[in-house]
Amino acid sequence: MSKEDYEVVIGLEVHAELSTKTKIFCSCPTTFGAEPNTHICPICTAMPGTLPVLNEKVVEYAVKAGLATNCEISKDSKNDRKNYFYPDLPKAYQISQFDKPLCEHGYIEIEDDDGNKKKVRLLRIHIEEDAGKLNHNEFGVGSLVDLNRAGVPLIEMVSEPDIRSSREAEQYLRKIKSILEYIEVSDCKMQEGSLRADVNVSVRKKGEEKFGTRTEMKNMNSFRAIVRAIEYEKDRQIEVLEEGGKIEQETLRWDDINGRTSSMRDKEDAQDYRYFPDPDLVAIRLSDEYVENIRKSLPELPESRRDRYIKEYNLSEKDAKLLTSSKYLSNLFEGALEICGNAKAVANWILSDISRILNEKELEPENIPFTAEQLAKMIQLIDKGTISSAIAKKVLTELFENPKDPEEIIKEKGWIQISDEGAIKEVVMKVLENNPQSVADFKGGKDKALGFLVGQAMKETKGKANPQMLNKMFLEELGN
Amino acid sequence: MEIIDLTVHELQEKLKSKEITVEEVTKAYADRIKEKEGDVQAFVTTLEDEAVEQAKSIQKDIEDGKITGDFAGIPIGIKDNMCTKGVKTTCSSKMLENFVAPYDATVVEKLNDEHLIDLGKLNMDEFAMGASTEYSAFKKTRNPWNLNTVPGGSSGGSAAAVAAGMVPWALGSDTGGSIRQPASFCGVVGLKPTYGLVSRFGLVAFASSLDQIGPITKDVTDSAMLLNLIAGHDEKDTTSENIPKKDYTKALKGDVKGLKIGIPKQYYGEGINEEVKAKLQEAIETYKKLGATVEEFSLDIADYALATYYIIACAEASSNLGRFDGIRYGYRTKNYESLKDIYKNSRSEGFGPEVKRRIILGTYVLSSGYYDAYYKKAQQVRTLVKKEFDEAFKKYDVLLTPTSPTVAFEVGTKSSNPLEMYLADICTVPVNIAGLPGISVPCGVNSKGMPIGMQLIGNRFEEEKILNAAYTFEQEIKFRENYKPEFKK
Amino acid sequence: MNVSKEELLHIAKLANLNLKEEEVDNYLANLQDILNFAEVVNNAPVEGLGETIAANNNCNVFRKDEVVDFEDKEALLDNAPEQERNMFKIPKVIQ
Repeated sequence: MSKEDYEVVIGLEVHAELSTKTKIFCSCPTTFGAEPNTHICPICTAMPGTLPVLNEKVVEYAVKAGLATNCEISKDSKNDRKNYFYPDLPKAYQISQFDKPLCEHGYIEIEDDDGNKKKVRLLRIHIEEDAGKLNHNEFGVGSLVDLNRAGVPLIEMVSEPDIRSSREAEQYLRKIKSILEYIEVSDCKMQEGSLRADVNVSVRKKGEEKFGTRTEMKNMNSFRAIVRAIEYEKDRQIEVLEEGGKIEQETLRWDDINGRTSSMRDKEDAQDYRYFPDPDLVAIRLSDEYVENIRKSLPELPESRRDRYIKEYNLSEKDAKLLTSSKYLSNLFEGALEICGNAKAVANWILSDISRILNEKELEPENIPFTAEQLAKMIQLIDKGTISSAIAKKVLTELFENPKDPEEIIKEKGWIQISDEGAIKEVVMKVLENNPQSVADFKGGKDKALGFLVGQAMKETKGKANPQMLNKMFLEELGN
Repeated sequence: MEIIDLTVHELQEKLKSKEITVEEVTKAYADRIKEKEGDVQAFVTTLEDEAVEQAKSIQKDIEDGKITGDFAGIPIGIKDNMCTKGVKTTCSSKMLENFVAPYDATVVEKLNDEHLIDLGKLNMDEFAMGASTEYSAFKKTRNPWNLNTVPGGSSGGSAAAVAAGMVPWALGSDTGGSIRQPASFCGVVGLKPTYGLVSRFGLVAFASSLDQIGPITKDVTDSAMLLNLIAGHDEKDTTSENIPKKDYTKALKGDVKGLKIGIPKQYYGEGINEEVKAKLQEAIETYKKLGATVEEFSLDIADYALATYYIIACAEASSNLGRFDGIRYGYRTKNYESLKDIYKNSRSEGFGPEVKRRIILGTYVLSSGYYDAYYKKAQQVRTLVKKEFDEAFKKYDVLLTPTSPTVAFEVGTKSSNPLEMYLADICTVPVNIAGLPGISVPCGVNSKGMPIGMQLIGNRFEEEKILNAAYTFEQEIKFRENYKPEFKK
Repeated sequence: MNVSKEELLHIAKLANLNLKEEEVDNYLANLQDILNFAEVVNNAPVEGLGETIAANNNCNVFRKDEVVDFEDKEALLDNAPEQERNMFKIPKVIQ
């Protein structure tokens, strides 16, 4: 059989750190990048005798995430202990949720590989605490435990195994990221680990109903790595099966440098987490009113924004979808639009040049360094004729490098368009004088010669001359 | 009467009338500790010198009018599983032999706010697991009534210290009887409050859903006063109840006319020592004489409650004790190369056999394949136990049982048989499972002069009823006037 | 329920406890005894009864999302058997 006779089945467990001010069970700050063990207290270091108290924002944010992903919100929920030993887990149990998660039975809409709408079902969303960090000293003899991250709140969003390609997986993840950003419950900074996924992959022959044995890759935090890992794992599993082998259910490590997976844990160390309800925490029983109030507070979600862009600004469906694929792009669009009023221009700049630069630099929309106001100003400068589109492209490049007021940029760089009639005339006369042949050609009926003359004038002014005015003046001088 | 023979309310009167000073009080207790600690072995850490210094400064502050309050300068002893900033908190375990908590337990904060003076940290069974204080990693506390017998446990140090006059009163903790049973063995008063009345923040957890801090005192009035000091809602403990504060001393009316007392017959049958039964019968007669109505009834949970208790308590303990891993605090083995060695060897060397036994049992009942048969079942039985008590309290105001099936037993006679030791908790554990308040009050001595305790059980947050019933009884039989520990060797 | 020696060792491993050869029989007997005794819960009439997790019925007890800095951070590392650069030190762990 060939590769094409198999299909890949993917399930994703996405972990998102919630952007609360404090940890889930104590009042320590959650800010990233602090000096080791400066965001700790007796509770998150599991000093004997300490007790957890649940942060109300964590519940609120998880319910928001649930409502934004079409989940049912549980009326009767609780916290459970997941028991295992690891140095980054000070209590030797993680407070998580086992059989009564806050949110269940949701879905996320994506497009399958044929472009048809498809729902990926969400099994559940639950709240839990993050673990600390082990620093591995390259030169020293030991590892060092930093508990700043211990107790940072997480939601875990578990999908059903509904995903059928690496492309779908990427879309699903981007969609989750986008939703969480829109509702402002997580900053989803993948490079800081605030959004990461465990990827479950299995393969089966097409038409088969039973799932194959799956393998799991934990803590993946880049789209590219996830796509590559899925492709690799799919091929590897098919190869094993084709050679008559069996897939082992195991946790694998993805090696991004060499582009391969390898076995991670001792198989004899099969875990038994001994989940049980945490007696230190009381039940969570959310009222209908509480849930409805959160539902009302949800901001406009991507789908709704998309429809509005099509209707209000006459954008194509494709453009509207791209713009709303990220809160950051969409907010940039709306922010710039509000100032300059030119929807088409803003959309075009975002979807063409800005997107191109993001791609080239391998950046995500949230990394756009300039503000909506700066973008709007640049467009206004074009609209007023102060700069040409060609200059604007240079301004945009500059905005990525060293963001500031575009007007200042063009002043500093001397990029202001020459629209002064006297100055233009001077250039036109000079070009006409230096190019008698072209003048003759034009008069002889070769219209193309005009383009050459304009080009020469542009060269002379380093691209700063107003092209419309140049055109007009050449025609006048050539007696048309 | 000497200072160390006085109750706290008696001390307060003498302090008020300036008959004695705060400094004299603390000094008397410090001397008594020096005199008796060798025999009784009640303390893990004694602070008698620090306490005398503190008393001097408090005395001065009182004279200068800087501090007021009825409890300023009253000494106290604290069971060594409550965190005290700057003073070791060991849980009588090698695991925490040198552990100094970086914070104060909520109850300790409350005592500090009232300027009580800490005389030291009291011995206990390791991590509160035991009924004789023989499982302490450091010393075996003796019963002041007979130094060859145990003081009970796990708050054996607290009960023995109060009985021996080494502290005027003490805090204990009670997971399955650990305040009441030692109080009963040592002839003092021990109160386990309703679950949620006293904050558990800073109490090193044994079994989170059962643990509760409470007073061990010379008499019922002191018990009500110490409860006043430590009770109250705490935002740091979500299981603590947000209810209005009460003055429990107001409940001590000295009158039980019309009080309906239920006698659950299951606690008067087989396995209960005859002399204990006889004393309880006398107590029942006393209550009748005082005008209470007494009725026998059947509490059908007695058999399951103890088994349920051990399943739940050990399951929770197995998880609560995971944090003792030799990384952030506590004992670390000398014998390691890898992380795994640190875990296994630190825990195996740092925990005593009883703690390990319970961790193993707890891990077993939570492990996959057994969870439903044991833990889940036990949680259901817990519902049943609560239901049965609810039914009983529809008919009765308080329930009366022995606190322990026996009086204090001889050192070394039960520590080798864990199950037998567990059976000693039969009368006390149902109270923890249902989260009820229970108080143990002395009701006499046996033929060898060893104290016998009776237990009054109340409905949730009805401490006032059991305190009044206990107080009225105490006034009637005058146990403290008639009997005294003799430090028999 | 009969517990095998292998089961006991598995449980000890989960709990990160070493049992010495001479201890195993003793722990096994104790565990067996206690479990036999605990069996009685299976005779309890609990059909249809829910599970009680806590001794009280509190629910929805939350904390405000406000930062409170713990002042005495040094004390949090003071009890550590070994520390380096303000972190808890352990033997090298390869992840």
